[in-house]
Amino acid sequence: MTTITRRNVLKSGTALVGGMAGILATGRAPAFAQGTTVHWLRWNDFVPASDQLLRKELLPEAEKALGIKINLETVNGNDLQPRVTASVQSGSGPDLIMIFNNQSALYAESVVDLSDLAEEVSSKEGGLYKYSRAVTSDGKKFNSMPWTIVGAMNAYRKSWFEEIGVTKFPETWDAYYDAGKKLKAKGRPLGQAVSHSFGDPPTFVYPLLWSFGGKEVEADEKTVAINSKNTIDSVKFMTAFYKDTCDEGGLAWDDTSNNRAFLSQTISSTLNGASIYIESLRNPDKYITEKGVPLKTDILHAPLPKGPQGQFGLHTFFSHMLMSYSPNQKAAKDLLRWAHTPANYEKWFISQKGFATPPTAQWESHELWGADPVMDPFKVAGRLGQAPGFAGPAGKKAAEALTKYIIVDMYAKAIQGGSAEDAVKWAESELKKIYT
Amino acid sequence: MAIAETQVYMPPAPRPRLRLLEDERWLALVLLVPTLVLLGMFIAYPFVRGILLSVTNARVGVPGDFVGLANFYKIFNDGIFRTSVYNTFVYTGVTTVFKLALGLWLAMLLNRNFRGKAFTRAFILLPFIIPTVLSTFAWKWMFDPTFSVLNWLLYHFGLITGRINWLGDPDLAMISIIIVNIWRGVPFFAISLLAGLQTISPELSEAAAIDGAKPWQRFWHITWPLLLPVTMVVVLFSVIQTFSDFQIVYVMTGGGPANATHLFATYAYQIGIGTGLLSEGAAISLAMFPILFLVVIIQLLYIRRVEVR
Repeated sequence: MTTITRRNVLKSGTALVGGMAGILATGRAPAFAQGTTVHWLRWNDFVPASDQLLRKELLPEAEKALGIKINLETVNGNDLQPRVTASVQSGSGPDLIMIFNNQSALYAESVVDLSDLAEEVSSKEGGLYKYSRAVTSDGKKFNSMPWTIVGAMNAYRKSWFEEIGVTKFPETWDAYYDAGKKLKAKGRPLGQAVSHSFGDPPTFVYPLLWSFGGKEVEADEKTVAINSKNTIDSVKFMTAFYKDTCDEGGLAWDDTSNNRAFLSQTISSTLNGASIYIESLRNPDKYITEKGVPLKTDILHAPLPKGPQGQFGLHTFFSHMLMSYSPNQKAAKDLLRWAHTPANYEKWFISQKGFATPPTAQWESHELWGADPVMDPFKVAGRLGQAPGFAGPAGKKAAEALTKYIIVDMYAKAIQGGSAEDAVKWAESELKKIYT
Repeated sequence: MAIAETQVYMPPAPRPRLRLLEDERWLALVLLVPTLVLLGMFIAYPFVRGILLSVTNARVGVPGDFVGLANFYKIFNDGIFRTSVYNTFVYTGVTTVFKLALGLWLAMLLNRNFRGKAFTRAFILLPFIIPTVLSTFAWKWMFDPTFSVLNWLLYHFGLITGRINWLGDPDLAMISIIIVNIWRGVPFFAISLLAGLQTISPELSEAAAIDGAKPWQRFWHITWPLLLPVTMVVVLFSVIQTFSDFQIVYVMTGGGPANATHLFATYAYQIGIGTGLLSEGAAISLAMFPILFLVVIIQLLYIRRVEVR
């Protein structure tokens, strides 16, 4: 038990006076009053090593540098939006919240403008990609601070494709369909989630729609344009493609399912971030092909094929919102600035091993990209992405359509047995509720 | 030894406030206050807030303006909402019938004397005791599109040749969540009905048996009528809970595939909390209220009739 003695009181008093004297002498107040805790909510990273790095190394450093405490909380990506709603409505919760794609537009009234920080990072790092700006800013205000892009590429089994005579990943949807048919006949289907999950389903169906010339709305953000021959063609293609080439469980998959299916070698190709490949690198002895070689040597990446109207990609975008209810806005912003400092960000970026592509151009020349040619296609994900909502802006309405999974459900409805025309009509009526 | 002076103990006169509590009406009020406060805070207040929210165009972070019944008009023209209403009725109807039949059967079995009776009775409660989210996750794995242990078993017993797409097919997904709900709900029925069975004197059955009544006749003319009041209360509780069920569907299918398994609660959550359209979400939840209210009124009236009889 500590006893209070006169000596102790004197000692602490002296220390206090000494501390005050120090502050006065340097002319600087301590960064924050003791006890400032920044609550940072992020997803459970698909590269777990990065979360460990944050917890064990980066955040303790940040705490020291900024004089604050940081409470990092990680949840399933699909639970982030519900958390935002609950926090905003109750006026309390995490100070910084990670959000996907253009969803921060939905919360524009409840977040702090991060334009200054975004422009600061942009000017230092060779400019934010057009895509990064499109999904986080309405042109006047940055609703969230661009953090990273998880490029969506097809991870595929090189040897299995070779066995059916395909030595280069198919460049068109038709060629991919033919290859998939042969693979499924051999019990090695393609795998694709078409469900309510934030990552894989939208990153597949939006580019498919665009590559057939379909679009949800005109550039005026008012005229719903989904009900077109092009869209119907894409839905018809998808229905046949799904039935003839894909593992039909995909209607109930989430973003983790194709990782498990690929790693357990039940599917031959799937649109994904690089997490499958990275996992196979992490555990080379665990994942062995039927020929006895490590699975990592049999995985390659390629972009989604071209359609009649071009080739597109939608890459899952990650950003952080600084919530306006937060009593610690300055501390939280300083933490974001700290995390975006190149020396700190680089450590996190390297831990991602290419799963994450930074939102600014400068990082394209980082040595990480040269280290492993399998990861090369991800380098330019930020350049090639098109934002949801095309041909309109990626604003609040596009975010609502995305969050309601209308485009995903349009394809899922047709796959389940409805006619393509009915599915498109349904999507049109849903989109009209949002856009008009 | 001196004899102590006898003293008559006179309790101090009660203070007026305590005297007030001697009046049963006041005492009842005081005893009811905690319940009233709790009900007010956690039932009445959210309910009124829900009504207020449903007549605005509020969305997350935006209080919104009064729009009258526009949200209700919107949801009644919404295909997914109609599917949710249909699903909710099917889900509640089918599961209640099965839960009642299986629960009653189980209760009759447990009402007999056998070794390990207490243990079995406790064991039966397990599905009801385990947190629903946890057990539903286990079921989700069992119905997993790729790694389903059910498929594995059926395949190895030679009952199927291909995979059954449990959660990827709209009808099978509905069946799957119904199975889980039944699994979870049967113990509640079984234990409650067992309690009801134990209040029925065995002499009645014995007398009927002596008069030559067969087991089925004994059940139909003695057990069932006497058990009916308990059964109605159990069914009432179950219908209310199943109608507003959330956890099982949310974990198993998330309302998918393509909104095919949404119930009122999951769809309200998706729209209100997921997309942040709070007013529409509130309207969807409230649409459930008149139906539940009607169910409760009908059943309570019925229970009263049975009790009076």
